[in-house]
Amino acid sequence: MKKIYSVWVENRSGVLSKVAGLFARRSYNIDSLTVGETQDKTISSMTILSSGTTQTLEQIEKQLNKKLDVIKVRTFGAEQAILREVILLKIKYTAAQRKELMEISEFLKAEIVDATSTHMIITLCDTPDRVEKLLSMLRKFNIVEISRTGTLAMPKCSEGE
Amino acid sequence: MNGAQLLVKALETEGVRHIFGYPGVSICPFFDALNDSKIDPVLMRSEQSCGHAANGYARIAGKPGVCAVSSGPGATNLITAIATAFADSVPLICITGQVPLEQIGSDMFQEADIIGAVESFVKYSYSVRCAKDIPRIVKEAFYIANTGRKGPVLLDLPIDVQNMEGGFFQEIESVSLRTYKPTIKGHAVQIKKALKALENAQRPILCVGGGVIASKAEKEIITFAEKYHIPVVSTMMGIGVIPSKHPLSMGMVGNNGKKYANKAMNESDVLLMVGARAADRAISQPDLVMKDKTLIHIDIDPAEIGKNLGPSIPIVGDAKNVFIELNKASLKCDFSDWCETLKKYSKTREENLQSTAKFVNPNHLVSTICKTMKDDGIYVSDVGQNQIYSCTNYVSKKGRFITSCGMGTMGYSLPAAIGASFADPKKQIICAVGDGGLQMSLSELVHISLLKANIKIVLMDNRSLGMIREYQHYHYENRYSMVDLKEYPDYSLIAKAYGIPFIRLKKDSEVEEGLKEALKTDGPCFIEANIDADAFTVG
Repeated sequence: MKKIYSVWVENRSGVLSKVAGLFARRSYNIDSLTVGETQDKTISSMTILSSGTTQTLEQIEKQLNKKLDVIKVRTFGAEQAILREVILLKIKYTAAQRKELMEISEFLKAEIVDATSTHMIITLCDTPDRVEKLLSMLRKFNIVEISRTGTLAMPKCSEGE
Repeated sequence: MNGAQLLVKALETEGVRHIFGYPGVSICPFFDALNDSKIDPVLMRSEQSCGHAANGYARIAGKPGVCAVSSGPGATNLITAIATAFADSVPLICITGQVPLEQIGSDMFQEADIIGAVESFVKYSYSVRCAKDIPRIVKEAFYIANTGRKGPVLLDLPIDVQNMEGGFFQEIESVSLRTYKPTIKGHAVQIKKALKALENAQRPILCVGGGVIASKAEKEIITFAEKYHIPVVSTMMGIGVIPSKHPLSMGMVGNNGKKYANKAMNESDVLLMVGARAADRAISQPDLVMKDKTLIHIDIDPAEIGKNLGPSIPIVGDAKNVFIELNKASLKCDFSDWCETLKKYSKTREENLQSTAKFVNPNHLVSTICKTMKDDGIYVSDVGQNQIYSCTNYVSKKGRFITSCGMGTMGYSLPAAIGASFADPKKQIICAVGDGGLQMSLSELVHISLLKANIKIVLMDNRSLGMIREYQHYHYENRYSMVDLKEYPDYSLIAKAYGIPFIRLKKDSEVEEGLKEALKTDGPCFIEANIDADAFTVG
């Protein structure tokens, strides 16, 4: 099972290590982790994707709540949230490959953001599924470097919120 | 005032009277400021002992124990004691010196990242960066350590912050932390559900743990048990919640517990677990215990509920508070018949009191200590076979039983007994310890001499590391390795060196008279009991 944890923490030095340390010490999985500031400068938001048994996923939430630097923990399944991930891919290509690369990018609404006659950087900001799709379609090319953010998540809007 | 003076003032304001410490350059400004305070500095002989003494102090005084050590090796030596306190939910304030702020991270002399090192076994830690923050931080630290599920809090103080000007001391009125609001009051709906489950029960049982003692809920729980005749078992941490002679007391559960206590728990249909985390030593087969059972789990720490045993009815809250609510109800149920059945089990108990002419039977020894010691005395047990003999034979009356349960730290008992003696100097304290554990903290005997403390050391001397020897007997076919402690030291000479009266009990026939003599008067005594290295806890 997979679960998404949106964790608001005190924006202080050392807090990321405390949260990451909790996962390490109790052998919880981190599938992905992103951190950033929120609208309130004293609060950072962490989005953590984890997988495990129902019991483990419940323990993760409880143990996160126990940390004194954690302000609020929200959990949700993928279907209850808007998910986004950004990927950057640097590809070494030949003239013969250029057209196909442009087609794939257009097809998946990815963008070619930088290029020379031998290299190009393609980027996509989309759901983790579609990012994965792009990656699988580009695997046959010579990928020189990949950088991706991990998943960002926010619960969907609801009436009367 | 400088940071060190602010720290002293803040500790005084929290009512601190003793600090167990060991110096080093980086904590010197604080120890210097203590000279102008009424706080009594107790110089232990190692940093680990500082933490254990604060632990014994906290458990008897019912408030956080305070220890202070230096940076680097001083701080790392304290780690075991911090982990010991964390495992047993004991409130500690641990103050460590640190290299100057600007030098942190430069690997200078005696620098250690103590905050990083202890992260997984402190409740919280503060890296103090500004002297004027000290009054607020101390107030918060005491609040965090001593509320909710109690535990150790670390304050890491760079030496220049201790010397930094921080202005006048202003008392902080209250603590408000947006990230920490422990649930004290049990949820009314859950309490109703629990009562309903009890009403439908045939064979309910109460299992009490250390949380009951931490929340001082003994009276409320006994009242509840007596109201409906619910039998009570305890974990090792829960020893002392109910007197052993109480008709509803069924003894300790677990691997080393009483067979009939485990049987009673296994056969119950409603299990009320209070302030106990159902760890492996208490409940080795959770599936078996949970079979055909409703579990009502009452704990202040939500993360303990469902961690080891799946609860049917969770109640998050402070045990005392929850039982005050539970006691308001009047159910029409009475479980006297079930109690009678259990009493029949308990009569089948086999006493392991065979005596030999050559040695002292350790079970007999502990039973006789309990008969001879003062009813309100404190029994501190170390770790190893002595802990098993102690907790299985201890007879709880009005006193306290303390030991390192979760971490099982050898060498705990002597410094913890010294801490307990500072918390309540009038109490008679038994420090039951093996020769392995005693040699780990032998140097702390000096405090017994200096204080003329009413601490009776009962050394279960088998010249070996008995628990591991026993383990090697059962699991390695008697291939003993690293367990022979040999014939030195002569403990009578050690006792003499510290000026402590010494009694040697060679065989069973000497136990009763010897203990009577040793416990007759207040003050220190060193009792060495000659235990057979082949006497095993599991027979």
